[in-house]
Amino acid sequence: MTRHKKHPVFWKTFGKPTCIALLTAAGLFAALLGDGAWDVLSWIGMGIPAWLSIKGLLVRRRA
Amino acid sequence: MKSQTIRRWSFIHTWSSLICTLFLLMLAITGLPLVFHHEIDHLLGDAPQIREMPADTPRMDLQQLVKAAEAHRPGEVVQYFGWDEDEPNGMYAFMGKTAGGDPNDTHTFMLDSRTGEAVETPSANGGFMMVMLRLHVDMYAGLPGKLLLAFMGLLFVLAIISGVVLYAPFMRRLDFATVRPNKSTRVRWLDLHNLIGVVTLTWAFVVGLTGVLNACADLVIAQWRNDALAAMVAPYQNAPPLTDRAPATRLLEIAKQTVPGTEPSFIAFPGTRFSSEHHYAVFMKGSTHLTSHLLTPVLIDASDLKVTAIVNSPWYLDALLLSQPLHFGDYGGMPMKILWGILDVLTIIVLGSGLYLWWVRRRAAATVNVGEAVQAT
Repeated sequence: MTRHKKHPVFWKTFGKPTCIALLTAAGLFAALLGDGAWDVLSWIGMGIPAWLSIKGLLVRRRA
Repeated sequence: MKSQTIRRWSFIHTWSSLICTLFLLMLAITGLPLVFHHEIDHLLGDAPQIREMPADTPRMDLQQLVKAAEAHRPGEVVQYFGWDEDEPNGMYAFMGKTAGGDPNDTHTFMLDSRTGEAVETPSANGGFMMVMLRLHVDMYAGLPGKLLLAFMGLLFVLAIISGVVLYAPFMRRLDFATVRPNKSTRVRWLDLHNLIGVVTLTWAFVVGLTGVLNACADLVIAQWRNDALAAMVAPYQNAPPLTDRAPATRLLEIAKQTVPGTEPSFIAFPGTRFSSEHHYAVFMKGSTHLTSHLLTPVLIDASDLKVTAIVNSPWYLDALLLSQPLHFGDYGGMPMKILWGILDVLTIIVLGSGLYLWWVRRRAAATVNVGEAVQAT
Protein backbone atom coordinates (compact mmCIF):
# COMPACT_ATOMS: atom_id res chain seq x y z
CA MET A 1 0.00 0.00 0.00
CA THR A 2 2.88 2.39 0.66
CA ARG A 3 3.96 1.86 -2.93
CA HIS A 4 0.49 2.62 -4.07
CA LYS A 5 0.47 5.95 -2.21
CA LYS A 6 3.94 6.80 -3.38
CA HIS A 7 3.23 6.23 -7.07
CA PRO A 8 -0.47 6.82 -7.61
CA VAL A 9 0.19 7.89 -11.21
CA PHE A 10 2.06 4.68 -11.97
CA TRP A 11 -0.73 2.44 -10.73
CA LYS A 12 -3.42 4.60 -12.34
CA THR A 13 -1.77 3.92 -15.69
CA PHE A 14 -0.38 0.44 -15.16
CA GLY A 15 -2.81 -1.11 -12.66
CA LYS A 16 -5.19 -2.73 -15.13
CA PRO A 17 -2.53 -3.66 -17.72
CA THR A 18 -0.54 -5.38 -14.93
CA CYS A 19 -3.57 -7.42 -13.84
CA ILE A 20 -4.25 -8.47 -17.45
CA ALA A 21 -0.59 -9.34 -18.03
CA LEU A 22 -0.49 -11.53 -14.90
CA LEU A 23 -3.77 -13.26 -15.83
CA THR A 24 -2.46 -14.07 -19.33
CA ALA A 25 0.81 -15.39 -17.91
CA ALA A 26 -1.05 -17.55 -15.38
CA GLY A 27 -3.31 -18.87 -18.14
CA LEU A 28 -0.45 -19.72 -20.50
CA PHE A 29 1.27 -21.63 -17.71
CA ALA A 30 -1.89 -23.28 -16.34
CA ALA A 31 -2.72 -25.13 -19.56
CA LEU A 32 0.73 -26.77 -19.43
CA LEU A 33 -0.26 -28.41 -16.14
CA GLY A 34 -3.48 -30.15 -17.08
CA ASP A 35 -6.69 -30.35 -19.06
CA GLY A 36 -10.21 -29.23 -18.16
CA ALA A 37 -10.18 -26.44 -15.59
CA TRP A 38 -6.54 -25.66 -16.38
CA ASP A 39 -7.43 -25.12 -20.03
CA VAL A 40 -10.34 -22.88 -19.02
CA LEU A 41 -7.89 -20.68 -17.07
CA SER A 42 -5.84 -20.22 -20.23
CA TRP A 43 -8.95 -19.33 -22.24
CA ILE A 44 -9.80 -16.64 -19.66
CA GLY A 45 -6.20 -15.38 -19.59
CA MET A 46 -6.18 -14.92 -23.37
CA GLY A 47 -9.87 -14.15 -23.76
CA ILE A 48 -9.66 -10.91 -21.74
CA PRO A 49 -7.04 -9.26 -24.00
CA ALA A 50 -8.85 -10.48 -27.11
CA TRP A 51 -12.20 -9.16 -25.88
CA LEU A 52 -10.84 -5.74 -24.78
CA SER A 53 -9.04 -5.30 -28.11
CA ILE A 54 -12.10 -6.19 -30.19
CA LYS A 55 -14.24 -3.86 -28.04
CA GLY A 56 -11.77 -1.06 -28.77
CA LEU A 57 -11.79 -1.79 -32.49
CA LEU A 58 -15.59 -1.60 -32.52
CA VAL A 59 -15.70 1.97 -31.13
CA ARG A 60 -17.30 3.93 -33.97
CA ARG A 61 -16.51 7.50 -34.69
CA ARG A 62 -19.17 9.98 -33.58
CA ALA A 63 -19.93 12.86 -35.90
CA MET B 1 9.14 11.40 -17.28
CA LYS B 2 11.52 13.98 -18.75
CA SER B 3 11.03 14.81 -22.41
CA GLN B 4 14.66 13.84 -23.02
CA THR B 5 13.98 10.36 -21.61
CA ILE B 6 10.81 10.03 -23.65
CA ARG B 7 12.67 10.99 -26.80
CA ARG B 8 15.30 8.31 -26.17
CA TRP B 9 12.75 5.57 -25.56
CA SER B 10 10.77 6.78 -28.54
CA PHE B 11 13.89 6.41 -30.68
CA ILE B 12 14.43 2.84 -29.40
CA HIS B 13 10.76 1.95 -29.96
CA THR B 14 10.67 3.42 -33.47
CA TRP B 15 13.80 1.75 -34.76
CA SER B 16 13.57 -1.62 -33.03
CA SER B 17 10.03 -1.96 -34.45
CA LEU B 18 10.75 -0.57 -37.90
CA ILE B 19 13.63 -2.98 -38.49
CA CYS B 20 11.68 -6.05 -37.40
CA THR B 21 8.18 -5.09 -38.64
CA LEU B 22 8.32 -6.66 -42.11
CA PHE B 23 9.76 -9.90 -40.75
CA LEU B 24 7.25 -9.96 -37.90
CA LEU B 25 4.37 -9.36 -40.31
CA MET B 26 5.61 -12.29 -42.40
CA LEU B 27 5.92 -14.46 -39.27
CA ALA B 28 2.45 -13.50 -38.01
CA ILE B 29 0.83 -14.14 -41.42
CA THR B 30 2.56 -17.50 -42.04
CA GLY B 31 2.03 -18.46 -38.40
CA LEU B 32 -1.75 -18.15 -38.68
CA PRO B 33 -2.32 -21.22 -40.94
CA LEU B 34 0.35 -23.10 -38.97
CA VAL B 35 -1.72 -22.77 -35.76
CA PHE B 36 -4.52 -24.60 -37.57
CA HIS B 37 -2.38 -27.02 -39.59
CA HIS B 38 -4.21 -30.04 -38.19
CA GLU B 39 -7.61 -28.69 -39.19
CA ILE B 40 -6.36 -27.51 -42.59
CA ASP B 41 -4.89 -30.96 -43.32
CA HIS B 42 -8.26 -32.54 -42.54
CA LEU B 43 -10.11 -30.00 -44.66
CA LEU B 44 -7.83 -30.53 -47.67
CA GLY B 45 -7.93 -34.31 -47.24
CA ASP B 46 -4.19 -34.36 -46.52
CA ALA B 47 -4.58 -35.98 -43.11
CA PRO B 48 -3.54 -39.65 -43.12
CA GLN B 49 -6.52 -42.01 -43.09
CA ILE B 50 -5.79 -45.24 -41.25
CA ARG B 51 -8.04 -48.17 -42.15
CA GLU B 52 -10.76 -49.29 -39.71
CA MET B 53 -9.92 -52.70 -38.25
CA PRO B 54 -11.10 -54.66 -35.21
CA ALA B 55 -9.72 -53.15 -32.01
CA ASP B 56 -7.81 -56.28 -31.05
CA THR B 57 -5.90 -56.55 -34.35
CA PRO B 58 -2.32 -57.37 -33.39
CA ARG B 59 0.48 -54.92 -34.20
CA MET B 60 3.58 -55.67 -36.16
CA ASP B 61 6.86 -55.50 -34.33
CA LEU B 62 9.24 -52.62 -34.97
CA GLN B 63 11.65 -54.55 -37.16
CA GLN B 64 8.77 -55.66 -39.41
CA LEU B 65 7.76 -52.00 -39.65
CA VAL B 66 11.34 -51.04 -40.56
CA LYS B 67 11.17 -53.62 -43.39
CA ALA B 68 7.78 -52.26 -44.49
CA ALA B 69 9.17 -48.72 -44.57
CA GLU B 70 12.23 -49.82 -46.56
CA ALA B 71 9.99 -51.67 -49.04
CA HIS B 72 7.94 -48.48 -49.47
CA ARG B 73 11.01 -46.32 -50.18
CA PRO B 74 13.66 -48.57 -51.79
CA GLY B 75 17.19 -47.23 -51.50
CA GLU B 76 16.40 -45.10 -48.46
CA VAL B 77 16.99 -45.67 -44.76
CA VAL B 78 14.79 -45.04 -41.75
CA GLN B 79 15.94 -41.99 -39.79
CA TYR B 80 13.16 -41.77 -37.20
CA PHE B 81 9.95 -43.44 -36.10
CA GLY B 82 7.57 -41.15 -34.22
CA TRP B 83 4.27 -41.56 -32.39
CA ASP B 84 1.23 -39.31 -32.34
CA GLU B 85 -1.47 -39.51 -29.65
CA ASP B 86 -4.17 -38.74 -32.20
CA GLU B 87 -3.49 -41.92 -34.17
CA PRO B 88 -2.83 -44.91 -31.86
CA ASN B 89 -2.72 -47.36 -34.78
CA GLY B 90 -0.35 -45.32 -36.89
CA MET B 91 3.24 -44.26 -36.64
CA TYR B 92 5.23 -41.64 -38.50
CA ALA B 93 8.25 -42.81 -40.48
CA PHE B 94 10.99 -40.40 -41.56
CA MET B 95 13.30 -41.62 -44.32
CA GLY B 96 16.21 -40.26 -46.34
CA LYS B 97 19.11 -41.28 -48.58
CA THR B 98 21.36 -41.42 -45.51
CA ALA B 99 20.63 -41.43 -41.79
CA GLY B 100 22.35 -38.10 -41.20
CA GLY B 101 21.02 -36.35 -44.33
CA ASP B 102 19.57 -32.85 -44.52
CA PRO B 103 16.26 -32.79 -42.55
CA ASN B 104 14.70 -30.80 -45.41
CA ASP B 105 15.24 -33.78 -47.75
CA THR B 106 13.53 -36.19 -45.35
CA HIS B 107 10.40 -37.93 -46.63
CA THR B 108 7.67 -38.29 -44.00
CA PHE B 109 4.73 -40.67 -44.17
CA MET B 110 2.57 -42.77 -41.88
CA LEU B 111 2.76 -46.51 -41.34
CA ASP B 112 -0.21 -48.55 -40.21
CA SER B 113 1.30 -50.36 -37.22
CA ARG B 114 -0.95 -53.41 -37.76
CA THR B 115 -0.43 -54.00 -41.48
CA GLY B 116 2.73 -52.05 -42.28
CA GLU B 117 0.77 -50.29 -45.01
CA ALA B 118 2.22 -46.88 -45.94
CA VAL B 119 -0.14 -43.88 -45.92
CA GLU B 120 1.25 -40.70 -47.47
CA THR B 121 1.11 -37.39 -45.57
CA PRO B 122 1.52 -34.92 -48.46
CA SER B 123 1.52 -31.75 -46.35
CA ALA B 124 4.58 -32.98 -44.41
CA ASN B 125 6.64 -33.12 -47.62
CA GLY B 126 5.52 -30.18 -49.73
CA GLY B 127 2.62 -28.00 -50.78
CA PHE B 128 1.12 -24.86 -49.26
CA MET B 129 1.59 -25.73 -45.59
CA MET B 130 5.23 -26.65 -46.17
CA VAL B 131 5.84 -23.27 -47.86
CA MET B 132 4.27 -21.55 -44.81
CA LEU B 133 6.45 -23.60 -42.48
CA ARG B 134 9.69 -22.98 -44.36
CA LEU B 135 9.01 -19.23 -44.60
CA HIS B 136 8.17 -19.15 -40.90
CA VAL B 137 11.17 -21.20 -39.79
CA ASP B 138 14.09 -20.13 -41.98
CA MET B 139 12.83 -18.34 -45.12
CA TYR B 140 14.53 -21.14 -47.12
CA ALA B 141 17.89 -19.83 -45.91
CA GLY B 142 18.95 -22.54 -43.46
CA LEU B 143 20.75 -21.66 -40.25
CA PRO B 144 21.52 -18.04 -41.26
CA GLY B 145 17.80 -17.56 -41.94
CA LYS B 146 16.88 -18.97 -38.55
CA LEU B 147 19.41 -16.79 -36.76
CA LEU B 148 18.25 -13.69 -38.64
CA LEU B 149 14.67 -14.42 -37.54
CA ALA B 150 15.92 -15.00 -33.96
CA PHE B 151 17.53 -11.56 -34.05
CA MET B 152 14.29 -10.03 -35.38
CA GLY B 153 12.51 -11.73 -32.48
CA LEU B 154 14.88 -10.07 -30.03
CA LEU B 155 14.21 -6.67 -31.64
CA PHE B 156 10.48 -7.40 -31.28
CA VAL B 157 10.98 -8.03 -27.56
CA LEU B 158 12.88 -4.73 -27.31
CA ALA B 159 10.04 -2.99 -29.16
CA ILE B 160 7.56 -4.42 -26.64
CA ILE B 161 9.61 -3.25 -23.64
CA SER B 162 10.14 0.26 -25.03
CA GLY B 163 6.46 0.34 -25.96
CA VAL B 164 5.51 -0.30 -22.34
CA VAL B 165 7.77 2.55 -21.18
CA LEU B 166 6.18 4.94 -23.69
CA TYR B 167 2.71 3.80 -22.67
CA ALA B 168 3.08 5.86 -19.46
CA PRO B 169 3.41 9.36 -20.95
CA PHE B 170 0.82 8.65 -23.64
CA MET B 171 -1.77 7.45 -21.16
CA ARG B 172 -1.10 10.04 -18.44
CA ARG B 173 -4.38 11.87 -18.95
CA LEU B 174 -6.39 9.01 -20.38
CA ASP B 175 -8.31 6.21 -18.71
CA PHE B 176 -7.40 2.64 -19.52
CA ALA B 177 -8.80 1.38 -22.84
CA THR B 178 -9.86 4.83 -24.04
CA VAL B 179 -10.46 5.05 -27.78
CA ARG B 180 -11.36 8.65 -28.51
CA PRO B 181 -14.19 8.53 -31.02
CA ASN B 182 -14.31 12.17 -32.08
CA LYS B 183 -10.68 12.86 -32.96
CA SER B 184 -8.64 12.26 -36.10
CA THR B 185 -7.87 8.89 -37.69
CA ARG B 186 -4.34 9.20 -36.36
CA VAL B 187 -5.52 9.61 -32.77
CA ARG B 188 -7.92 6.70 -33.15
CA TRP B 189 -5.11 4.40 -34.33
CA LEU B 190 -2.77 5.74 -31.68
CA ASP B 191 -5.33 4.81 -29.00
CA LEU B 192 -5.89 1.39 -30.56
CA HIS B 193 -2.13 0.79 -30.91
CA ASN B 194 -1.71 1.57 -27.19
CA LEU B 195 -4.72 -0.45 -26.08
CA ILE B 196 -4.14 -3.59 -28.14
CA GLY B 197 -0.38 -3.37 -27.62
CA VAL B 198 -0.64 -3.26 -23.84
CA VAL B 199 -3.31 -5.95 -23.39
CA THR B 200 -1.68 -8.48 -25.77
CA LEU B 201 1.74 -7.77 -24.29
CA THR B 202 2.25 -10.99 -22.31
CA TRP B 203 1.14 -13.20 -25.16
CA ALA B 204 3.32 -11.38 -27.71
CA PHE B 205 6.26 -11.44 -25.31
CA VAL B 206 5.93 -15.19 -24.64
CA VAL B 207 5.40 -16.14 -28.28
CA GLY B 208 8.27 -13.84 -29.31
CA LEU B 209 10.77 -15.19 -26.80
CA THR B 210 9.84 -18.86 -27.33
CA GLY B 211 10.14 -18.22 -31.06
CA VAL B 212 13.68 -16.93 -30.54
CA LEU B 213 14.47 -20.07 -28.54
CA ASN B 214 13.01 -22.32 -31.25
CA ALA B 215 14.99 -20.48 -33.91
CA CYS B 216 18.11 -21.40 -31.96
CA ALA B 217 17.08 -25.09 -31.77
CA ASP B 218 19.89 -26.21 -34.12
CA LEU B 219 22.45 -24.63 -31.81
CA VAL B 220 20.78 -26.12 -28.72
CA ILE B 221 20.78 -29.60 -30.26
CA ALA B 222 24.40 -29.24 -31.38
CA GLN B 223 25.32 -28.21 -27.84
CA TRP B 224 23.47 -31.26 -26.45
CA ARG B 225 25.37 -33.54 -28.87
CA ASN B 226 28.74 -32.05 -27.87
CA ASP B 227 27.93 -32.03 -24.21
CA ALA B 228 25.58 -34.71 -22.84
CA LEU B 229 25.61 -37.14 -25.77
CA ALA B 230 29.35 -36.95 -26.46
CA ALA B 231 30.17 -37.93 -22.88
CA MET B 232 27.99 -41.04 -23.18
CA VAL B 233 29.33 -42.25 -26.52
CA ALA B 234 32.98 -41.44 -25.75
CA PRO B 235 33.89 -45.16 -25.26
CA TYR B 236 32.73 -45.80 -28.85
CA GLN B 237 34.98 -43.15 -30.34
CA ASN B 238 37.45 -45.64 -31.84
CA ALA B 239 34.99 -48.47 -32.40
CA PRO B 240 34.80 -49.86 -35.95
CA PRO B 241 31.79 -48.72 -38.03
CA LEU B 242 28.55 -50.50 -37.27
CA THR B 243 27.98 -53.28 -39.80
CA ASP B 244 25.54 -55.70 -38.25
CA ARG B 245 22.69 -53.70 -36.82
CA ALA B 246 20.56 -55.55 -34.29
CA PRO B 247 16.83 -55.57 -35.17
CA ALA B 248 14.65 -52.78 -33.78
CA THR B 249 12.07 -55.30 -32.50
CA ARG B 250 12.50 -54.89 -28.75
CA LEU B 251 13.57 -51.23 -28.54
CA LEU B 252 10.40 -49.93 -26.93
CA GLU B 253 10.28 -52.75 -24.42
CA ILE B 254 13.89 -52.07 -23.40
CA ALA B 255 13.32 -48.31 -23.12
CA LYS B 256 10.15 -48.75 -21.04
CA GLN B 257 11.96 -51.08 -18.66
CA THR B 258 14.82 -48.60 -18.34
CA VAL B 259 12.60 -45.58 -17.63
CA PRO B 260 9.36 -46.92 -16.11
CA GLY B 261 6.24 -44.78 -16.34
CA THR B 262 7.12 -43.15 -19.65
CA GLU B 263 5.75 -43.34 -23.17
CA PRO B 264 7.67 -43.41 -26.45
CA SER B 265 7.89 -40.13 -28.35
CA PHE B 266 10.32 -41.07 -31.13
CA ILE B 267 13.20 -43.38 -32.00
CA ALA B 268 16.33 -42.01 -33.64
CA PHE B 269 18.03 -44.69 -35.72
CA PRO B 270 21.85 -44.95 -35.70
CA GLY B 271 23.66 -42.14 -37.50
CA THR B 272 21.09 -39.35 -37.12
CA ARG B 273 21.71 -36.13 -35.23
CA PHE B 274 19.65 -37.40 -32.29
CA SER B 275 21.61 -40.64 -31.92
CA SER B 276 25.18 -41.82 -32.48
CA GLU B 277 26.82 -43.96 -35.18
CA HIS B 278 26.59 -46.93 -32.82
CA HIS B 279 23.31 -46.36 -31.02
CA TYR B 280 19.60 -46.31 -31.31
CA ALA B 281 18.20 -43.48 -29.16
CA VAL B 282 14.65 -43.96 -27.87
CA PHE B 283 13.19 -40.68 -26.67
CA MET B 284 10.66 -41.27 -23.92
CA LYS B 285 8.20 -38.63 -22.71
CA GLY B 286 6.72 -38.29 -19.24
CA SER B 287 3.19 -39.39 -18.46
CA THR B 288 2.01 -36.30 -16.54
CA HIS B 289 0.79 -33.23 -18.35
CA LEU B 290 3.86 -31.12 -17.70
CA THR B 291 6.44 -33.89 -18.18
CA SER B 292 4.78 -35.07 -21.41
CA HIS B 293 6.55 -32.11 -23.02
CA LEU B 294 9.94 -33.26 -21.72
CA LEU B 295 12.05 -36.10 -23.15
CA THR B 296 14.36 -38.72 -21.68
CA PRO B 297 16.65 -40.27 -24.29
CA VAL B 298 17.64 -43.92 -23.74
CA LEU B 299 20.80 -44.80 -25.62
CA ILE B 300 20.80 -48.44 -26.79
CA ASP B 301 23.85 -50.11 -28.33
CA ALA B 302 22.85 -50.98 -31.89
CA SER B 303 24.98 -54.14 -32.05
CA ASP B 304 23.89 -55.95 -28.88
CA LEU B 305 20.85 -53.92 -27.70
CA LYS B 306 22.38 -53.28 -24.26
CA VAL B 307 21.43 -49.98 -22.65
CA THR B 308 24.49 -47.74 -22.77
CA ALA B 309 23.00 -44.85 -20.81
CA ILE B 310 20.07 -42.61 -20.07
CA VAL B 311 21.34 -39.34 -21.48
CA ASN B 312 20.60 -36.57 -19.05
CA SER B 313 18.59 -33.71 -20.36
CA PRO B 314 20.37 -30.42 -19.65
CA TRP B 315 18.34 -27.35 -18.68
CA TYR B 316 18.68 -25.77 -22.12
CA LEU B 317 17.11 -28.80 -23.81
CA ASP B 318 14.23 -28.80 -21.30
CA ALA B 319 13.79 -25.07 -21.94
CA LEU B 320 13.64 -25.68 -25.70
CA LEU B 321 11.12 -28.51 -25.32
CA LEU B 322 8.89 -26.52 -22.94
CA SER B 323 9.06 -23.47 -25.20
CA GLN B 324 7.53 -25.40 -28.09
CA PRO B 325 3.92 -25.69 -26.85
CA LEU B 326 4.15 -22.07 -25.66
CA HIS B 327 5.03 -21.04 -29.22
CA PHE B 328 2.64 -23.35 -31.09
CA GLY B 329 -0.47 -22.81 -28.92
CA ASP B 330 -1.48 -26.45 -29.31
CA TYR B 331 -1.85 -27.44 -25.66
CA GLY B 332 -5.23 -26.04 -24.67
CA GLY B 333 -7.80 -27.43 -27.07
CA MET B 334 -9.67 -25.69 -29.89
CA PRO B 335 -10.60 -22.55 -27.87
CA MET B 336 -6.89 -21.95 -27.27
CA LYS B 337 -6.13 -22.30 -30.98
CA ILE B 338 -8.86 -19.81 -31.85
CA LEU B 339 -7.62 -17.34 -29.22
CA TRP B 340 -4.07 -17.89 -30.53
CA GLY B 341 -5.33 -16.98 -33.99
CA ILE B 342 -7.16 -13.87 -32.72
CA LEU B 343 -4.12 -12.67 -30.76
CA ASP B 344 -1.98 -13.28 -33.86
CA VAL B 345 -4.31 -11.08 -35.95
CA LEU B 346 -4.28 -8.44 -33.17
CA THR B 347 -0.47 -8.47 -33.31
CA ILE B 348 -0.69 -7.85 -37.07
CA ILE B 349 -2.94 -4.85 -36.27
CA VAL B 350 -0.45 -3.51 -33.70
CA LEU B 351 2.40 -3.87 -36.21
CA GLY B 352 0.37 -2.28 -39.00
CA SER B 353 -0.89 0.62 -36.90
CA GLY B 354 2.64 1.24 -35.62
CA LEU B 355 3.88 1.48 -39.19
CA TYR B 356 0.98 3.79 -40.09
CA LEU B 357 1.60 6.06 -37.06
CA TRP B 358 5.28 6.35 -37.92
CA TRP B 359 4.47 7.19 -41.55
CA VAL B 360 1.85 9.84 -40.70
CA ARG B 361 4.06 11.48 -38.12
CA ARG B 362 7.04 11.50 -40.48
CA ARG B 363 4.97 13.15 -43.18
CA ALA B 364 3.42 15.69 -40.82
CA ALA B 365 6.69 17.04 -39.48
CA ALA B 366 10.17 15.68 -39.69
CA THR B 367 11.19 17.34 -36.47
CA VAL B 368 8.19 16.81 -34.25
CA ASN B 369 9.01 17.18 -30.60
CA VAL B 370 7.76 14.04 -28.92
CA GLY B 371 7.22 15.88 -25.64
CA GLU B 372 4.93 18.38 -27.34
CA ALA B 373 3.09 15.64 -29.14
CA VAL B 374 2.43 13.92 -25.86
CA GLN B 375 1.13 17.12 -24.25
CA ALA B 376 -1.16 17.74 -27.15
CA THR B 377 -2.89 14.40 -26.79
